[in-house]
Amino acid sequence: MAELRPDLAVIARHVAPGSRVLDVGCGEGELMAVLRGERQVDARGMEIDPGAVERCVARGLSVVQGDADRDLADYPDHAFDYAILSQTLQTAARPDLMLDQLLRIGRKAFVSFPNFAYWRMRASLLRHGRMPVTRHLPVSWYETQNIHHVTVADFRALLREKGVTVEQDWFFTRGREIAGGQGHFGANWRAEHAVFQLSR
Amino acid sequence: MTAATTLDATSLVLDAPLLLDSGQSLAGVRLAFETYGELAADKGNAILVFHALTGDQHVASPHPITGKPGWWSRMVGPGKPIDTDRYHVICANVIGGCMGSTGPASEDSDGQPWGMRFPVITIRDMVRAQVAMLDAMGIHKLHAVVGGSMGGMLALSLAANFPDRAARVLAIATSWRHSAQNIAFHEVGRQAIMADPGWRDGDYYSHGKGPEKGLAVARMAAHITYLSEAGLTEKFGRRLQERPDGSQGAKSFGFDADFQVESYLRHQGLAFTDRFDANSYLYITRATDYFDLAEEHGAKGKGSLADAFTGATARFCVVSFDTDWLYPTAESRTVVHALNAAAAPVSFVELSAPFGHDSFLLDVPALDRVVTGFLNG
Repeated sequence: MAELRPDLAVIARHVAPGSRVLDVGCGEGELMAVLRGERQVDARGMEIDPGAVERCVARGLSVVQGDADRDLADYPDHAFDYAILSQTLQTAARPDLMLDQLLRIGRKAFVSFPNFAYWRMRASLLRHGRMPVTRHLPVSWYETQNIHHVTVADFRALLREKGVTVEQDWFFTRGREIAGGQGHFGANWRAEHAVFQLSR
Repeated sequence: MTAATTLDATSLVLDAPLLLDSGQSLAGVRLAFETYGELAADKGNAILVFHALTGDQHVASPHPITGKPGWWSRMVGPGKPIDTDRYHVICANVIGGCMGSTGPASEDSDGQPWGMRFPVITIRDMVRAQVAMLDAMGIHKLHAVVGGSMGGMLALSLAANFPDRAARVLAIATSWRHSAQNIAFHEVGRQAIMADPGWRDGDYYSHGKGPEKGLAVARMAAHITYLSEAGLTEKFGRRLQERPDGSQGAKSFGFDADFQVESYLRHQGLAFTDRFDANSYLYITRATDYFDLAEEHGAKGKGSLADAFTGATARFCVVSFDTDWLYPTAESRTVVHALNAAAAPVSFVELSAPFGHDSFLLDVPALDRVVTGFLNG
C-alpha cells in the first residue's frame, strides 16, 4: 500500500477484509483498487468528475458519476459496511448533512480532511492576515473547492453535537503519522490532516 | 433448453412456439443473426449486441440492401472496443423486424404475409426469442450483453428477466421505460404511416408499393429526436440549398426543400423506406412504448424499478450523453439508483458529446474507452 496517500493507506488497513465499501469522491479509484486487490473488498465509488469515472470504469471498478451533495440520498440504509469520505468533507455544501448520509448508508464511516487549525495555517494567517495558500491547500480563496474549511476541534464538536462515536482517529503531518492528543499542543495544532473512523 | 432447427449459418427456427406477453403464442419463430469472432471452446466469450429501433443484425458487416458499413462497425471488429479477436459477437434481428427474423412481413402458416394479424410483441418478447436462440447455440452465460437506445432496453430487460444469462450488462443512451414524450413522437410516426393510403390497413405487400411517404415522414420526425439542436444548428443552420441549376441558394417562395435541413430530412426519410418495412416500424415502436421495467416487475399497482433487478448478479455499466434529450441522463440515473438499491455493482457515466441521442453510434472516444474498460475489466 506504499503507493497510497497516507490517509488512504490508514483507511485501507482498517477496512475489514471482504466487507462492502462505498468510496464517496473516489477520484480515479486508487483506494478502491487497493481494497479490491488486497482486502477482497466489494468496493463501489461515487465521483463527480466524468473523466475520473471513465478511468475507474476502465480499471474495472464500479463507479457512479454523481454529486455527493445530492445523490447519496438515493442509497438505501446500511447498504455498506463502510462509507468513506476522503478529502471531500470540506467541499460539501452541507458537511453536517453529508456526515448524516455517510452514517446512514454505512454502518461505519471514515472521514478525512485537511485541518485548517494546523499551526502553519495559523501562523500564516496571523502574520499575513490573508487566507493561507499552502502545499496542501494550494488554491486561492476565490477559486478553491474547499468551501467549508474545518479544524479538528470543529469536527469533534460536530460529532459530539450529533452523538457520533469516534472509534479511532489518526493524524498526519508532512505525510507521516503523528500522535494525536487533546492537550494544548495536540492534533488541532500539529496535524495537517486528520482521519476519523466513526459510528453511530 | 430450447431446441431449434438451424437453417443456415445466419438463421434458425425455434422448434417450440414463443409465448408472448400478450398471451398469444408465435409458432415457427425465425431468427436471423450475424456472428463475428471465434466462439471459445468453453463458450464463455460470447457478447450479445442488441440493435436499436431501426437497426439490424449487420452490426459490423455491410448492409445487404444499402451496402453501407455495419451500423456499429466503429465499435465492433478486430481491435475495436468490442474486440472480435477476443470475443464472439452475436447480433440478431429482433422479432417484429424485417431483416430475416419473423415479423409482420413474414409469411403466416397460410402462406400470406402476417400484416396486422401479427401479434403485438414487447421488448421482453424480443428478449425471450433471443434467449431461446442462445439456448439453441449452446451459450448459457454471456460474457456481456450490450445495447444502445432500444438495444439498451433489451439489455436491461435481459438482465431483469434472465439474470443468470449475462455477466456484464452495458446499457447506453437508454431508459427503463418510455416516457409520454417518447410515446408521443412514436405515435406521430405511426399515424403518418397509417394515414398514407398506401398502407391499406397493413395489407400492402401484394401491391408492390407500400406507405413509403408515411414511413418517410415517420423517419423524419424520429430523426429529429436523435439529434441535438446545437448539432442541427452547426450542421445546417438556416443555410439554403443550391438550386437545381447549380446557382447559389435562394428562397423559392414555394414549398421545395429550400433549407438544407429540409433536404437532409427528406433524404433520410426516403432512404429509410428502401430498407425498412412500415408494419415493422409500427410493431417495434409499439414494443418500445409498452416498455416499463418497473411496471413489469413491481408489486401490483406500485412499480419499483429496484424489484426488476433483485437477484441481479451481473456487473452493470450505464452510459448517457449530455445532449441526448430523447433518453436524457435523468432516465439513466433512475436505472442506476434502482441498481444501487438492489446492491448490484454498477458504473455510470454521463459523457459529453454534441450529437444528441445518436452519440452512441458516432465518434465519441470516451465511449470507446468506457466500453473497452468495462468489457475487459
